[in-house]
Amino acid sequence: MTEREERRFAEVPRESIKLMAESSGVELSEEVAALLAEDVCYRLREATQNSSQFMRHAKRRKLSVEDLNRALRWSNTETICGYGAQDALPFRPLKEGELFFVEDREINLVELALATNIPKGCAETMVRVHVSYLDGKGNLEPQGTVPTAVQSLSEDLLKYYQQITRAILGEDPHLMKVALLDLQSNSKIAALLPYFVYVISGVKSVSHDLDQLNRLLHMVKSLVQNPYLYLGSYVRSLVSSVMYCILEPLAASINPLNDHWTLRDYAALLLSHIFWTHGDLVSGLYHQILLSLQKVLSDPVRPLCSHYGAVVGLHALGWKAVERVLYPHLPAYWANLQAVLDDYSVSNAQVKADGHKVYGAILVAVERLLKMKALSLTLAAEGSGAGLPGTTTGAVGFRENSPGLSPPSEPLSEPPLGIASHLQAGGAGCPWEEWTPVSLPAMYCELYSFFGDSLAVRFSTGPPLGGATPPGPCQPLEGRKEPASSAPNLENTRKMPQLTASMNISPRQDGSPRMEPQPPSLAATETRKTCSVEVPPGPGLGTTDIFPKARFPLPQAGPPAFSFIIGGRQMGRRCQGRRFQTSFTPTPPLTTHPPRAYAHKLPVIGRVSKPVRRWTCSHYSLHLPL
Amino acid sequence: MAAVQDGPMELDAEKETKPEILSDGTSNLSGNTASGTLSSSPLTAAPAGGAPKMEDQQTLIAVLQFLKRNKLSESVEILRREAGLGEHQEDSQATDGSGGGKGDGDGGDANSLLSRVFITSAAAPQSMLVKKDQPDVSVVLSAYSQQGDPPLYQVYYSGLKNFIESVLDCHRAELSQLFYPLFVHMYLELVYNNHETKAKAFFDKFSGDQECYYQDDLRILCGLTKKEHLKGNEVLLDFRTSRFVLRISRDSYQLLKRHLQERHNNQIWNIIQEHLYIDIFDGMPRSKSQIDSMSGSLAGEARREVNKAKVFYGLLKEPEIEVPLDDEDDEAENEEGKPKKKKTKKDSLGSKSKKQDPNAPQQNRIPLPELKDSDKLDKIMYMKESTKRIRLGPENLPSICFYTFLNAFQGLTAVDFTDDSSLLAGGFADSTVRVWSVTPKKLRKVKSTAELNVIDKESDDVLERIMDEKTASESKILHGHSGPVYGVSFSPDRNYLLSSSEDGTVRLWSLQTFTCLVGYKGHNYPVWDTQFSPFGYYFVSGGHDRVARLWATDHYQPLRIFAGHLADVTCTQFHPNSNYVATGSTDRTVRLWDVLNGNCVRILTGHKGPIHSLAFSPNGKFLASGSTDGRVLLWDIGHGLMIGELKGHTDTIYALKFSRDGEILASGSMDNTVRLWDSMKAFDEVETDDFTATTGHIHLPDNSQELLLGMYHSKSTPVTHLHFTRRNLLLAAGAYNSQ
Repeated sequence: MTEREERRFAEVPRESIKLMAESSGVELSEEVAALLAEDVCYRLREATQNSSQFMRHAKRRKLSVEDLNRALRWSNTETICGYGAQDALPFRPLKEGELFFVEDREINLVELALATNIPKGCAETMVRVHVSYLDGKGNLEPQGTVPTAVQSLSEDLLKYYQQITRAILGEDPHLMKVALLDLQSNSKIAALLPYFVYVISGVKSVSHDLDQLNRLLHMVKSLVQNPYLYLGSYVRSLVSSVMYCILEPLAASINPLNDHWTLRDYAALLLSHIFWTHGDLVSGLYHQILLSLQKVLSDPVRPLCSHYGAVVGLHALGWKAVERVLYPHLPAYWANLQAVLDDYSVSNAQVKADGHKVYGAILVAVERLLKMKALSLTLAAEGSGAGLPGTTTGAVGFRENSPGLSPPSEPLSEPPLGIASHLQAGGAGCPWEEWTPVSLPAMYCELYSFFGDSLAVRFSTGPPLGGATPPGPCQPLEGRKEPASSAPNLENTRKMPQLTASMNISPRQDGSPRMEPQPPSLAATETRKTCSVEVPPGPGLGTTDIFPKARFPLPQAGPPAFSFIIGGRQMGRRCQGRRFQTSFTPTPPLTTHPPRAYAHKLPVIGRVSKPVRRWTCSHYSLHLPL
Repeated sequence: MAAVQDGPMELDAEKETKPEILSDGTSNLSGNTASGTLSSSPLTAAPAGGAPKMEDQQTLIAVLQFLKRNKLSESVEILRREAGLGEHQEDSQATDGSGGGKGDGDGGDANSLLSRVFITSAAAPQSMLVKKDQPDVSVVLSAYSQQGDPPLYQVYYSGLKNFIESVLDCHRAELSQLFYPLFVHMYLELVYNNHETKAKAFFDKFSGDQECYYQDDLRILCGLTKKEHLKGNEVLLDFRTSRFVLRISRDSYQLLKRHLQERHNNQIWNIIQEHLYIDIFDGMPRSKSQIDSMSGSLAGEARREVNKAKVFYGLLKEPEIEVPLDDEDDEAENEEGKPKKKKTKKDSLGSKSKKQDPNAPQQNRIPLPELKDSDKLDKIMYMKESTKRIRLGPENLPSICFYTFLNAFQGLTAVDFTDDSSLLAGGFADSTVRVWSVTPKKLRKVKSTAELNVIDKESDDVLERIMDEKTASESKILHGHSGPVYGVSFSPDRNYLLSSSEDGTVRLWSLQTFTCLVGYKGHNYPVWDTQFSPFGYYFVSGGHDRVARLWATDHYQPLRIFAGHLADVTCTQFHPNSNYVATGSTDRTVRLWDVLNGNCVRILTGHKGPIHSLAFSPNGKFLASGSTDGRVLLWDIGHGLMIGELKGHTDTIYALKFSRDGEILASGSMDNTVRLWDSMKAFDEVETDDFTATTGHIHLPDNSQELLLGMYHSKSTPVTHLHFTRRNLLLAAGAYNSQ
């Protein structure tokens, strides 16, 4: 039998038989082994044939170990134990030598016992009915098979789900806070993730209700921050919901009283957060986002608020995104914006105001772009000299900050770097396509042609005012920055205005750039930051006020006049600005600013009063401590 | 391995083989009758209880001779005394036997016979069961030892092959049928005589010639390479214990006979004589397609005469339901304010009962249970529903509702609906049976005895009061089996549920208390299917032991044992008039059994794979069967003829059901589809003239595509069961398979 050249069956060679016999202490002669081998083969075939009957009657296509065992049992043979698992048994070859074996991994019982995600028992077997075909014609509707998760939801989980959604979408801000907190830290809600994602995708149906939108965004944030959740492909769904809030001309924005700007800022911040922390779960996510932002930006038909969202979104994704998408697109876009801003007719007032928002957003984005670019240049120049110490501090700073992000319990004390640092860290890892960068001076020149002095103002090189630096979490960083920055020189030499400069740059905003570059560069970044952190010296803020003030206004302290401006600021900064408010309280309230001569499109008009009101009301609803 | 088990079955087997011997005699042309009877005698040997037959006597005589030869004179005495045999009888037989020129074989025969007799006289039935198989096999096998010159088998076989290929086309197709049985027998003979390499060479050379539908058998066959393997191999046993039946026209047969005699090809001739049954008919030889449509079963085609018995396939008279029907009707009709309608209804009922179907069995041919009041109520419900029934047809296809079992990780193995579609039962591979209520009405248990004592038995709603509201739930789980549940069946009155399992038992469950009432033991091997009679009380089960058993719920032993299948009985179905039972088997035949006398009245061959589903048409005239080859075959029960072949499914058909009026046949398969067939058209197009009826030669139109009315996909859910509601809504059931 063994000599057969053509084998009709799997055969057990006599060597194996001998080995098996040896292992049980029997010595077999060659002859006996051959006979046994043959018989074993035959019995195996017989058992297999018999077992197929059990498979057929169990109405399966796959022969299981159980089937074979039944066949063995009915032929009075001992059954084989230990292979009853439903999962496929991996059958592997050993590379060295012809050894094949069934992989049998060791299971760490301790680990299993202490595991937090204790698997629930099998879901209950149940019967569902649906009309598949009516009168023999077509599917009524593609009634997909019920997602298996539905069955595995226990009563408790369902209840939890109901409570949570009710609390978050309900009226009670306190309840909502509690719910969000729990959502952020609960380790057992993986099964509910699809449901929450589904709820969040409901943004599209509540685009008229800023409040609800905001709540949903907070829900996103909680989910994203929950360390026990693996978002997987749900990231895409979450991102699309967030993008909706950023880019769509929401129904809520029809009423200028609604502060949808804030919402967009927040959403953009969230977007960047999701991207930097979970972007790796979905391939090509970054490019998809960039593409859709670019599409909106290049579509002149879209309302200004959409454009604003796109700019803000780009800004949140980091200066490189700005450089790659916004900057090349600016010349084309500028014409449109300019047209809007230059139209002083009364009917255009609202649109013009929106235009200013966009203008401001672009300005901020561009500003950071320039700064970061300059910074990266200086870093390159400084070389690795500063390397080592920088790394350590950087690491420390990062560690401090990033954890601060997740625990929602103390959002106020969170260091300013928080989100931004994430942004940057992620950005470093993100693959960039090859493209030709524009040199900094060229870029500055071009931008200057658009913004004029308002851009220059932002790069003032005022020395850091120690007293002005906000106390609190920022402090350590600030301290480090103390040494006067050399980097800004580039711009300074060219630019004239120094006066207003410091005011604009929010500490946080700098924070982000600081983290982004490789750790060694930290020191350098710090310096830059110092400048930005400064509290603006009262006067001369005319143009700037739109942007910078916004950051500082504290609900209680800031004069209402400023608050509307907040809407105008970039998202990145804004959010943090809010957080900072407490720590910044001591800063002197900004007084009225005379309109700058060059700030031709200042929104001084009648808006002031309206936004104020808006802010106040929106403050309560939107300012959700997270 | 379980071919012979106990008394009733043995008797049955005897019935089976008797005609065989008779016909053997008629078709025997050469003179060695003696060897023919001798070799077949072990097959028919009856246990001690049986009436002394000629064969028995021969057996005894052979034993006596053996004893004598071994000088066991005392035993000889005892045996002779007990058997009541005279000295002279023995002598005459002895000379007979030696005269047959079989001295060589007699020793072997007597030897095996001896052991057989000893075994049969053993008292304990259990040991009988175990040991009996062995000698049986060796007896059967010993037939081979006599045949000479195996090395020349290749020559013989190829000689025959050349001959058959050279004959006229019209004969070639018929004679080609010989190839497969001859091939198998010759191969086995080679193996038995330890010509292993020769056997292999033989197999390799000629296995390719065999029809493709024998591939499964060939695969098993080629695994047999040693004499030892033959023992205890069921397939072999099947092949040996039954004669392979061929249907050949007289002309072709004469051709063959002449050829073999000219060549003195005794080897082949012997095999034909001993192991084949050639059913000779007069007239035109059949065509290849005709032959192919009927062949494929393990034992060849059915003999014509086995399908000659009269089958009363008509329906029983509807019981006349009097007062309650009218009352109910009055109420129902009063709403519509049409008292007239009541009369028409009564008329229709009356006419129905008057119209006695000539083909129907006697009303009391088998005793049926009396109708209870609740049954009558149910009948009324049924009639009301049927008035609202949708008339189906090619233009008006049924809607399909799919009952999907979700999370059935343990494996769904069987499903049944109650006739009124209110309950759904599932059998699972984890030994459980689960019952669901498909209607909003929840399942409730009866209260405990203590609580029942408190109930006011006189109250009108006592039936409601006995139910324990606390136990209401959508589904109940029935625990009791110790192996996968392969079959479930509701009783027509919805009070009971049957389940059959791998553990060898059939269990009867009460749907009032949701407990097990009876465990019917008898199969001892996995029970593949069970089915309640349409009138309740009786049920049938079929299993791995190759018999189907008829039971009554109040008897713990079977009333009938239907033995004859050569392999597992995979599915069972009651005829609508409850007088017959159809069984499908792994031997690729469908058999119809008479409940009254246990006879096999129809053997339907033509399937090329194990049969897994059966369905009778509502008028009782037709039968549909589905098998693993994905084909549905339609049979005319009255004539015992195949009348249709429905091709289309790509996997095993596990579910078949006719619509309530029989216009549509629905088939459900592992390939995740439900297909609807125009059964009316299929039945109408058949011309069952006298000629076809008598010869059994069928011409099947290849019209599956025309008959296919629709194909409906499920979402990776194999269709395990199909059911038409009383209003002709089609319900399908299966377990969602997530892979």
